[in-house]
Amino acid sequence: MSLLSTFNIGASGMSAQSLRLNTIASNIANAESSSGPDGRTYRAHRVVFTSTPNANSPGSGVAVSNIVESDAPLRREYRPGHPKADANGYVDMPNVNPVEEMVDMISASRSYQTNVQMMNVSRQLVLATLDLGK
Amino acid sequence: MNVGPQFDPLDFGEAALKLRTYRHEILGSNLTNADTPGYKARDIDFSKSLQNELLQRNHADTMPMEVTSKGHYQFNSSISNQPNLLYRVPNQPSMDGNTVDPDIELGEFSKNALMTQAAITFLTGTIKSRLSAITGQSS
Repeated sequence: MSLLSTFNIGASGMSAQSLRLNTIASNIANAESSSGPDGRTYRAHRVVFTSTPNANSPGSGVAVSNIVESDAPLRREYRPGHPKADANGYVDMPNVNPVEEMVDMISASRSYQTNVQMMNVSRQLVLATLDLGK
Repeated sequence: MNVGPQFDPLDFGEAALKLRTYRHEILGSNLTNADTPGYKARDIDFSKSLQNELLQRNHADTMPMEVTSKGHYQFNSSISNQPNLLYRVPNQPSMDGNTVDPDIELGEFSKNALMTQAAITFLTGTIKSRLSAITGQSS
């Protein structure tokens, strides 16, 4: 039934958007992490969305197919006293752009809200259909 | 006066509700995929699909073609069972190949939800009037 599969679609969207929010939170939190557990400088993470078509219904949900690291150049800061500074006193800092992350965060939260709204509408329609003829 | 084919209101209401919920799912999946790169927004031509659906119901009682050999094709009417899924023409194409305009989709989605409610209301009215005809009481 189309109305009920809309719930699966909305749920897939919500989970994908919350994963996106999760990576954004991690990017913002690590905006100053010059070294991670593997000793490398933290790089901004990006989610890759793919639609997941359903065989026996017209709609398709969404899923996060991959999380990739941004290949933007690292920010170089002059900090001679820093333990990770090179011979010239420069430290590689993460390529996280806080402005970009904030904009991405607003976009993700709006998309999440749209999915919630969609599921609410579907719920009302299912309830109305259940009351058919009454 | 040219009068179109008359349909049983119950049949009509059911077909309309079926297509409305079908479209509800398509528009919902457009909204969900608003951020998916390369996703193309889909939709159906509602009035044409409804016409097809009703015509198909009218033709459902016609006799099937006799098939006496393997080489014979089973005659299928040109009216397809599933509504024709079309692609929406984007008015602001985006860099990643996605053609979903969330504002348009949300507008269409709300309109479709309202029309679904209307279809349910009309169907309820038909059922009630049939019921009152059967029982002889206005319920």
